[in-house]
Amino acid sequence: MGSVTLQFLQQIVNGLSLGSIYALIALGYTMVYGIIKLINFAHGDIMMVGAYVGWFATTTLHLSFLPALVLAMMASAILGVLIERIAYKPLRNVIRIASLITAIGVSLFLEYGGMLLVTPQVRTYPPVFPDTIYNIGGIIVKYGDIVMIVTSIILMVLLHVIVQYTKIGKAMRAVSFDTEAALLMGINVNNTISATFAIGSGLAAAAGVLMGVYFNTIDPLMGIIPGLKAFVAAVLGGIGIIPGAMVGGVFLGLTESLVSGLGWSTWRDAVAFLILILVLIVKPSGLFGKNIREKV
Amino acid sequence: MGKWMNRQSLVTILGVLLIYGIVQGSIFMDVMPPFVALTLIQICIYVILSSSLNLINGITGQFSIGHAGFMAIGGYFAAIVIVKFHGPLVLALLVGAIVSAVAGFLIGLPTLRLNGDYLAIATLGLGEIVRIIFLNTEYVGGASGFSVPKTINWTWAFGLTVLSILVMRNFINSTHGRACISVRENEIAADAMGINTTKYKIIAFTLGAFFAGLAGGIYANYMYIIQPMTFSFLKSFDILVMVVLGGLGSLTGSIVGAIVMTVASAALAGLPEWRLVITAVLLVAMMIFRPTGLLGTKEFSLSFLGKKGDKNAASKN
Amino acid sequence: MPLLKIENLSKSFGGLKAVSNLNIEINDKELIGLIGPNGAGKTTVFNLLTGVYDKSEGNITFGDKNLSGLKPYQVTHRGMARTFQNIRLFSDLSVIDNVKIAYHQRTSYSMASAIFRLPGYYSGEAEMERKALELLKIFHLEDKAQETAKNLPYGEQRRLEIARALATEPKLLLLDEPAAGMNPQETQDLMNLIRWIREQFKLAILLIEHDMSLVMGVCERIYVLDYGMIIAQGAPDEIKSNPKVIEAYLGEEVV
Repeated sequence: MGSVTLQFLQQIVNGLSLGSIYALIALGYTMVYGIIKLINFAHGDIMMVGAYVGWFATTTLHLSFLPALVLAMMASAILGVLIERIAYKPLRNVIRIASLITAIGVSLFLEYGGMLLVTPQVRTYPPVFPDTIYNIGGIIVKYGDIVMIVTSIILMVLLHVIVQYTKIGKAMRAVSFDTEAALLMGINVNNTISATFAIGSGLAAAAGVLMGVYFNTIDPLMGIIPGLKAFVAAVLGGIGIIPGAMVGGVFLGLTESLVSGLGWSTWRDAVAFLILILVLIVKPSGLFGKNIREKV
Repeated sequence: MGKWMNRQSLVTILGVLLIYGIVQGSIFMDVMPPFVALTLIQICIYVILSSSLNLINGITGQFSIGHAGFMAIGGYFAAIVIVKFHGPLVLALLVGAIVSAVAGFLIGLPTLRLNGDYLAIATLGLGEIVRIIFLNTEYVGGASGFSVPKTINWTWAFGLTVLSILVMRNFINSTHGRACISVRENEIAADAMGINTTKYKIIAFTLGAFFAGLAGGIYANYMYIIQPMTFSFLKSFDILVMVVLGGLGSLTGSIVGAIVMTVASAALAGLPEWRLVITAVLLVAMMIFRPTGLLGTKEFSLSFLGKKGDKNAASKN
Repeated sequence: MPLLKIENLSKSFGGLKAVSNLNIEINDKELIGLIGPNGAGKTTVFNLLTGVYDKSEGNITFGDKNLSGLKPYQVTHRGMARTFQNIRLFSDLSVIDNVKIAYHQRTSYSMASAIFRLPGYYSGEAEMERKALELLKIFHLEDKAQETAKNLPYGEQRRLEIARALATEPKLLLLDEPAAGMNPQETQDLMNLIRWIREQFKLAILLIEHDMSLVMGVCERIYVLDYGMIIAQGAPDEIKSNPKVIEAYLGEEVV
């Protein structure tokens, strides 16, 4: 194989790892947006909290990867529900801008409250996995890559099962389709929204732990950029659409890896936002979405 | 033309002159602590930024959160005129503001068709793109920053602020400003009443970008150095907080919001994390308990100084 | 030459034909009714006329101009103004500002004279204020000029919406169910008002209505729409006895 092809395939592997992280975060964005039409700016910061809980679990509590992951997911799920109840619920029927600003506020609170709590110092994740590196025909695949991709796939399948086949999943779909009608059908809308936040935040926490493990370092502002990127991914796939978020996440991860691979890594973030803007202008409803107009 | 000369305007003009005089006097007598002087200039910059963002977000109802991007454009271009072409300050500020306005126009053209959340996220993305472009441009110093001589003093900053506010006020209180407000109130109805809604959105966006660019130019020519990091979306959020705090749609509210937040962050300068945590809590509490901001869409006015039978007074009954 | 000529107008949403093969003519100063059961496509016709929707097929000629591809504000500039079924006022603005905004397209002063407060600004604003107050007076709203629009009682909000539409100085006024939510007395008053507007402002009116008594009482000619098609047209008396109309309204009494 030529070295260019090899390089390309190598970037595909890196892109898939990164993309699966984006996809996990994007899922939470998209679910929350689907159900209460709110861009939850704090979502990336919930991921950061998850990463810290995971770090705490592995360093102080000496837990192994899986229990640490579950603990982080549970803690973030609770945090997500609390945020929704305290900050977003009172604003559910007020103008949309108010909730958007609140979300920004919550995001700042988590970032800088986090700094006060754990200091701005960068923390190093303990090596949870062996440093094994597989060389498949010249392409380097780290053990971490495999864990990242496999964990993401498992979680996404789990989410799919929950949303499609369980009672709470059906309630979520009903509320996101028509909140009032769902209410009239006897669905507990508040609990359904809480469940959505819990699941979305749990997935973000998983992404946080995976990021910590993969990149080794975490800090209180680590959630900002991946959070924005994941939102881009969600919009890319069509916000509110779960498979869209997965595809969008992977697509964005691949694009970024390829841009970096071409030696333009300082432009990586700009490319992500450029894609976002192009998508918004050409097809605001995203790759999988439908256009809806206000009825006159 | 008699409207210039009523008692209200007279008191306002006197107030403005008094503020200018006191500050200029204390600078002249050398009794102004440098930290206070810095804060005063920052207030001027933020007043222009918040009132220009208010033009877009509050008056026209288009949710932009990428204002720092325009500030950056104005700052960098003003700096280029000064440093690379040794142009005069006025020209530099003007070039910065105009380039920023042109950018606003070009960016607004395609993105203002988007509504609500989508516009918000697009402007955020654009702000970041602008920052990354400057970050990657060695001509203006890249990540390490761009050194600019300090040529802005209190007289410049204050004068430009008063001028900017006056222009924005005159715009808002005209039929063109009302057209912008109608877009905010009900876009479909505005369209049906013959308002070219796209045109007015773009006008507001361009005007907002112009003044953000001006503020950026003032900033660049006061701070000795500008760096891409300064213009991250945190800066955009800061400006947004001021607008929201004062009340979306209220020009005087934006001024109050900018003053309150700048003074507060100056007071908490030693504790940057606390500053942002307090900002955040304030923002959330504000939205929950008083989503309209301090002044709502109302203007703080001195109408009680006006003649009896004044229009505002009559409407109270 | 008719003021408004709609020829073979059709509109499909996906596979659904909301309006098909519509032909309507309105002459200067005519008062025309467009009636039909719920979901017949009446409001869609308004949205097509005013450029809110793009038509699928057909032609709309207004005066001597073709309205194809125009945006709503451009249609308003050509002299066609409308009200909405669900009132769409600028609800947080004052009554007078609602009217002034509709006068905007006729304002004479430029943005530069506003920003620099040139004499044109003062005379333009004064002119606007005078015209707006005059219009409000006609609609008995001048005492409430400074009131916030959303605080007006329902009936006055409807009147303000009509006044606002008239401020654009139209040749054709489109009223979308103006009597919705009104009691019989208010409907009666509205009927008189509509007749009077037509005389006073010398314009044509196209009225969508569900309230039969209102339409039968004021309109000179009536078009009946059902499933997007015109099933009958003519004077109120002819419409009343038309078997097709009775069938379309089966169960509802045609006054």
